Amino acid sequence: MNLSILLTIAVVLLIVGMGFSAIRLFLGPTVPDRVAAADTLAVITTVGLVGLAAWFDNPVYLDVALVYGALAFVGTVAIARAIEGDRE
Amino acid sequence: MNMIGDVFLVMGCAAIAIGGLGLLRMPDVYNRLQAGTKTVTMGAMAVLLGIALHHPDWWSKLLVIAGFILFTNPVGSSTVARAARISGIRPWRARQEKEAD
Repeated sequence: MNLSILLTIAVVLLIVGMGFSAIRLFLGPTVPDRVAAADTLAVITTVGLVGLAAWFDNPVYLDVALVYGALAFVGTVAIARAIEGDRE
Repeated sequence: MNMIGDVFLVMGCAAIAIGGLGLLRMPDVYNRLQAGTKTVTMGAMAVLLGIALHHPDWWSKLLVIAGFILFTNPVGSSTVARAARISGIRPWRARQEKEAD
């Protein structure tokens, strides 16, 4: 599985985006910063799972990506509702 | 066809990297939500289009994933922004004006 130059650049850029989101997830000053970073990281992970499906030539990873995206969305909305509720 | 798919993949991954950079560099929660959501959504669409050009027989599942990201990502972003606003975080420009007074 050797990649072409363009695909290597694409994988490196995807990992750079995940690294930036993970840094913001670690040092975000407030809780909504961390939730926003976790949401972005979940979307990037979904895209990465689709990329893994293309890399391994196995369509099972597409189902994994869809279920991961659904669960991450539910988690983001639940944490946001919890932040919103503890003020009232 | 494969070359066009590779170009779309690099474009989408570059948009995702720029979105991560904006998430790291922006000064406020709301600006970070803008950068992190819209840019990453566009990059995800470009990556899914590139993979659909590589594997044309996966188009139905890729369309479902694309529609799911397009529907849920703005909803999650606006929910987080509403929670941040209700929990009392002021926007960045308002804080600068208050310090100037």
